[in-house]
Amino acid sequence: MTDDHADRPARPASATRRRLLGAAAGAALGSGAVTGFPTLWAQNIRNVTLRQFGTGVSALNPIAEQVKKDLGFTLSMTALDTDAVTQRAVTQPRSYDIADIEYFVCKKVWPAGVLQPLEVKKIALYDKIVPIFTTGKLTPESPIAQGTAPHTVSFVESKGATAFAPHPTEWMTLIPTIYNADTLGIRPDLVGRPIRNWKDLVDPAFKGKASILNIPGIGIMDAAMVMESLGTLRYGDKGNMTRAEIDRTIAFLIEQKRAGQFRAFWKTFDESVNLMASGEVVIQSMWSPAVTAVKTRGIPCVYQPLAEGYRAWGGGLGVAKHLSGLQLDAAYEYINWYLSGWCGAYLNRQGYYSAVLDTAKRHMSENEWGYWMEGKPAAADIMGPDGKLLDKAGSVRDGGSFTDRMGKVACWNSVMNEDRYMVQKWNEFIAA
Amino acid sequence: MAGSGTAARLLPYLQVAPLALILGVFLVVPILTLVVVSFFDYDSVRIIPDFVWTNYAEVLLSAVTWRTYAKTVWFAALVWAITLFIGFWVAYFLAFHVRSRTVQTALFLLCTIPFWTSNIIRMISWVPFLGRNGLLNQALLGLGAIDRPLEFLLFSDFAVVLAFVHLYTLFMVVPIFNTMMRIDRRLVEAAVDAGANAWQVLTNVIIPLSKPGIAIGSIFVVVLVMGDFITVRLMSGGQSASVGLMIYNQISLLQYPAAAANAVVLLAIVLLMVGAILRVVDIRREL
Repeated sequence: MTDDHADRPARPASATRRRLLGAAAGAALGSGAVTGFPTLWAQNIRNVTLRQFGTGVSALNPIAEQVKKDLGFTLSMTALDTDAVTQRAVTQPRSYDIADIEYFVCKKVWPAGVLQPLEVKKIALYDKIVPIFTTGKLTPESPIAQGTAPHTVSFVESKGATAFAPHPTEWMTLIPTIYNADTLGIRPDLVGRPIRNWKDLVDPAFKGKASILNIPGIGIMDAAMVMESLGTLRYGDKGNMTRAEIDRTIAFLIEQKRAGQFRAFWKTFDESVNLMASGEVVIQSMWSPAVTAVKTRGIPCVYQPLAEGYRAWGGGLGVAKHLSGLQLDAAYEYINWYLSGWCGAYLNRQGYYSAVLDTAKRHMSENEWGYWMEGKPAAADIMGPDGKLLDKAGSVRDGGSFTDRMGKVACWNSVMNEDRYMVQKWNEFIAA
Repeated sequence: MAGSGTAARLLPYLQVAPLALILGVFLVVPILTLVVVSFFDYDSVRIIPDFVWTNYAEVLLSAVTWRTYAKTVWFAALVWAITLFIGFWVAYFLAFHVRSRTVQTALFLLCTIPFWTSNIIRMISWVPFLGRNGLLNQALLGLGAIDRPLEFLLFSDFAVVLAFVHLYTLFMVVPIFNTMMRIDRRLVEAAVDAGANAWQVLTNVIIPLSKPGIAIGSIFVVVLVMGDFITVRLMSGGQSASVGLMIYNQISLLQYPAAAANAVVLLAIVLLMVGAILRVVDIRREL
């Protein structure tokens, strides 16, 4: 409460204030004071515990351990599924300090006013963040993909704002941490032919051996990729369908389900791994680390690049509104640390991408960087994060380099305006 | 004198107060909240206090709801019939065939051993057994009984019913066994002396006297199956729907008012089913 009061007088003057802050940020960066580990604060930061929750993909204990080592305070992590994350973020804002959420979840959660924006000037490596999250363009020429592109929900005009700003400002909603381009996972030993398009998911040859993920906002997007690939429907915006488009997509899914195309629907990471590893499914929507998990079991699995491009997603760290004082300082420390390299390298090695590439590169070997980020053949064996063999020397990452993959994004995970209607229709599909 | 009279009149109220308080706070208030919320409006992140009928309209006027309810009732009926059959005979065996008390207790405890692990573990353990490359399919293929894996074993209605039966049969066994143990053995002797054969003893003596146990077991099983969501989701591979799963999906998508309306409808239907069971059997008579 006291915090809110303290903020209030500042708001009317925000325009001038922002310009000042901008200048200050520029000065700070210009002075070369970018170490990632300021040492200004007192020893009592060791007593701070930050509670973070997010999806299983990034709630990784080694990160918490490294935070303890590098920063001294405790980070406790809770992993939930995507839907539960949204729910927790909105309904139990006091139960967490750091929300590790996806950008499309942010679009839903932000208007509820449970998070506070972060001051850009306190983010040391802001200028090094991959521009996908700031301007939306990977390279100045790249087109902006459909769906909830991260930059559209990355900024707000002022501290109390619940509406997103269409351009970069001094207040960021989430600091990007982790993102990737998703496609279909296949079992090359069991599909028996090359897979090139999204429409292969509904090829009758894979009847009873295909799966799609049962998270409505993402599942419908995969279905849309399939529909466009088949040529049955062209969407205005796959990330923001009209009712008619939703109806046709769901009708198509129901038809496929009745025909017995799908073996199962999965909702969590480990379900997708088990479906694939056990051979119940040979082609399905999948997340990159799930492919990695199947491969480290010694089972062949390919994250197949497809002609129509990728469905991308991104996540970031948001700070709960109730955070202030020392805890808030610790949160900024943590976020700056997240971008400072160790973490980025750790995530890149799992097949994700980190928000600041330069710093991550310094924490990776040349061979690792070449394999994961540049699409080069591995000069030596590539090990997984757990130390098990992931790929042999000479092999190339599925889909190639960072720019090859992130440059071919067809749409981003999203929340539609017709969200409520879409979810009702999706439930019909599951019940059909 | 007047004072002590008031005290005497107040005493019973005082005595029921703790229970009334607990039930009030933990049962009545939540249910009332549920009913109130079921009339609220909502968007993708917020619940908006209001009084609208749209949640009920969406629940009751949608063909999907009816299909889902039909499916859930069908699961409940099938599971009820199978667990009743198995449960009755297991209880019958324990109560009438096993003579020694010690053996009886030992066998009864044996029935409860699976309950030492969690519900979910017991359910998940079917997955590697029933899968396409699972133990059962490999065994059958090895024996030459089939030439391609049986796909219906997992991620199907069969798997759902199998898991339900596995999970809930004990809820049938226990109450039936309990009532059977209370049957006065002299009634069975009298029936035999009066010339009844085994079948007649069963249908005229044991089944009528076991009715309260059957009713209690039935209530357990029906209520558990009607409200389930996790078994249906895991064993059908997300392909089948149940009312509980529908509510779960709505909750996870923050559609609390819709979930509340659905829950109120489910509660009404389950209460009707329990009422119907109690109508047929007076469980108090034999307790």
